Amino acid sequence: MNHPVIEFNNFSFHYRSQAKPTLTDINLKVYAGEKILILGPSGSGKSTLGHCINGLVPHYYKGQISGTVAISGTVANDAVIYDRSKKIGTVLQDSDGQFVGQTVGEDIAFALENDCVPHAEMIPRVEAVAKLVDIDGHLKSKPQQVSGGQKQRVALAGVLVDNVDILLFDEPLANLDPATGQYAIELIDQLARETHKTILIIEHRLEDVLWREIDRIILMDRGRIIADDTPDNVLASGILREYGIREPLYLTALRYAGFELTPQDRPASVSKLPIESIRAPIQNWYRSISVPESEARRDELLTFDDVTFSYDDRRVVLNHIDFTIRKGEMSAIVGKNGAGKSTLCKLICGFETPSSGEIRLRGDSLNNVSIRRRADSIGYVMQNPNQMISKVMIREEVGLGLKLRGVEESEINRRVEEVLKICGLYPFRNWPISALSYGQKKRVTIAAILVLEPDLLLLDEPTAGQDFRHYTEIMEFLVDLRRRGLTILMVTHDMHLMLEYTERAIVIADGELIRDDIPSRVLSDRSVIERANLKETGLLELAQRTGIPEPIRFVQRFIDFDRQEREKWRQKTTC
Amino acid sequence: MASKNNLLSYIERNSPVHRLTGVTKLVVFLLWTIVCMVSYDTRVLICAMILSIVIFLIARIRLSEIRTVLIFIGVFLLLNDLTIYLFSPEEGVRIYGSRTILFQFSERYTVTKEQLFYLFNVTLKYFTVVPIALLFLVTTDPSEFACSLTRLKVSFRVSYAVSITLRYINDVQNDYHNIAQSQQARGIDLSREAPLKDRIVGLAGIAIPLIFSSLDRIELISNAMDLRGFGKKERRTWYCERPMTRNDWIGIIGAVLLAAIAIGVTLTNGGRFYNPFR
Repeated sequence: MNHPVIEFNNFSFHYRSQAKPTLTDINLKVYAGEKILILGPSGSGKSTLGHCINGLVPHYYKGQISGTVAISGTVANDAVIYDRSKKIGTVLQDSDGQFVGQTVGEDIAFALENDCVPHAEMIPRVEAVAKLVDIDGHLKSKPQQVSGGQKQRVALAGVLVDNVDILLFDEPLANLDPATGQYAIELIDQLARETHKTILIIEHRLEDVLWREIDRIILMDRGRIIADDTPDNVLASGILREYGIREPLYLTALRYAGFELTPQDRPASVSKLPIESIRAPIQNWYRSISVPESEARRDELLTFDDVTFSYDDRRVVLNHIDFTIRKGEMSAIVGKNGAGKSTLCKLICGFETPSSGEIRLRGDSLNNVSIRRRADSIGYVMQNPNQMISKVMIREEVGLGLKLRGVEESEINRRVEEVLKICGLYPFRNWPISALSYGQKKRVTIAAILVLEPDLLLLDEPTAGQDFRHYTEIMEFLVDLRRRGLTILMVTHDMHLMLEYTERAIVIADGELIRDDIPSRVLSDRSVIERANLKETGLLELAQRTGIPEPIRFVQRFIDFDRQEREKWRQKTTC
Repeated sequence: MASKNNLLSYIERNSPVHRLTGVTKLVVFLLWTIVCMVSYDTRVLICAMILSIVIFLIARIRLSEIRTVLIFIGVFLLLNDLTIYLFSPEEGVRIYGSRTILFQFSERYTVTKEQLFYLFNVTLKYFTVVPIALLFLVTTDPSEFACSLTRLKVSFRVSYAVSITLRYINDVQNDYHNIAQSQQARGIDLSREAPLKDRIVGLAGIAIPLIFSSLDRIELISNAMDLRGFGKKERRTWYCERPMTRNDWIGIIGAVLLAAIAIGVTLTNGGRFYNPFR
């Protein structure tokens, strides 16, 4: 712990294309063997800090640097990216996109190939590192064919093969289902223990990272380091909410219960909280909150009646699926990667046709209804807005569907303006789309669907890769739409989203519907959690440890209470 | 899902052709192309076509897997023959030095046996080269292809670019399908009922998001490659490199011999053309 392996001194960085510096006055020391979380909302500069560490700045992203960054004691402001890649291995966010090799083995070998390691030496080195991360049984598979957790191991092996000292993870959890994310954190932790490597994790999903112990949290906002402290100190200080970071839900529950946290309470881990002192406040709070009345059953909107789907009549993707979505509901479809969730969406939109069974909309069979006709009632929003936007100007993009349907110009203008107002995009109506942020682009794609006045809005991962601020923004917007009578169905990996915003979760595992229930109950059922790669919430553990007789009800009450709090806050800010 | 619509990308299978190294396949493919491009000798071309069918069978590639491409090429060939005839109806007469009229459309456009024979040869030529080119694409692992290009002294940057392009054909096709579906849902009509003008406009509506999402993909992959040291040295080694086996040498030597014979046979005609009219 004597010499820092990474040291920033009064470091600033200014992208050539940006008006203001992205990083300002960074002073940071990282010592060998430390495990550090770099936390911050989107646009806080945390990714740029990562780029300055691994050398993509200035190799790929050009700009003005002042101050110094030293790697292993030598100043490396303009060191070549290749020198840094010997010491620092980077695992990128999108594990599919970063695979270079045709097979797992080849992908792991990529760094060795570039280093001109002879073939005879390369093979055993690849095998050894594959064994280290337990992927040696899949060397001949295609990287795209292995499971989400295995992809993480392949990506890790690909940087470990170079024998790097520092591992940098750039949002490793972004595209993973909950259980795989948890597993990734365990894998990183195991690696840190066994190989004593220095670990830097850039992430905004705090609760997930805290699943295993970390040494320090660096909190960033607007290009500056706001806090550099132990997780217990950072969490107890309560500053996270100010900077748009979501604290773990069990801490929110403690705050609601009126409990004052101190670093000595070990807030970084639910299992280390001082149970004796929190039991009474939690139990009192639990008893004090009232339960809202459940609403009456509403009309059927979308029904899956014994739907089976297979490609080429062989590989069954969905097996005898039955469920009904009622008007005005907000529900989630959850399950592990590759379980058949996106196929379900395709069936609803008519991109694929069921092999047997029937899908009904308001009681009428959809079996022979064309994609376009369905789109009049069902709006589908893809995960990546860049895959939907085809026009330059916001107005044109939003009006496209109406124009293609031959609606009159004046009517188009009227409806587009109305929708832009609902979506909060009215002030930007004459802007080019390229000038918008990612979250705003997402809104444009939703607006372009809403303008067709569908009854059901189907969204694929509406908040993937969004920080808490944007997440809240998008979700509150959807809640607002729902209040206007829209029915909303979302495919998601985000357990928080499912708990906080949906009233129903349809759980798909290996092509079967294994549970259709309220989210708090789904998340309390061990067997469902395991089969569908979901994750238990820290809230439940808090309830169990403080001796609440019905932990599921505790979770449900917390969510209801939290919704009311959010509602109060909304009214305060909008009035 | 991914295999449903792939054109021109690697089809993994275990066959004697797949087991040959990329170098062998590349050499055979190049020799084959040279011979078929040089020679208009009907006998050589027919033999080559039969041989290509045999190799197809050995490679265990099913006709259904390449049907779309074959149909496309067939249509293209018909158009090609038609244009040759329209612009140069007497080409066969000039080449073969005789004129056997079958029937006449107009003063300029007569149908001669010689012209038909010439067009038959042109078509045959494509039918010998195209299947082998296809076979080469679908039986050669893109990385191995890159590896064999570097052995033939092509810069590894160029060959890796080729390999990455081949690999991403599949992903881009999948993107295309997803985007096309969501755009159809918004009302873009790509079906045959729509007027051509609308379909072209509709395609533009798909092309733009496809280009932007592909650009994202490129940025990501080039960063991933840089971070793992791509291009730091003047050369690189290859994980997928395989030693040449006996079958490889048999393949190469066989191909060289056959090519020599084919060229020899062609030259005995005293030109590139085999002339049955003389």
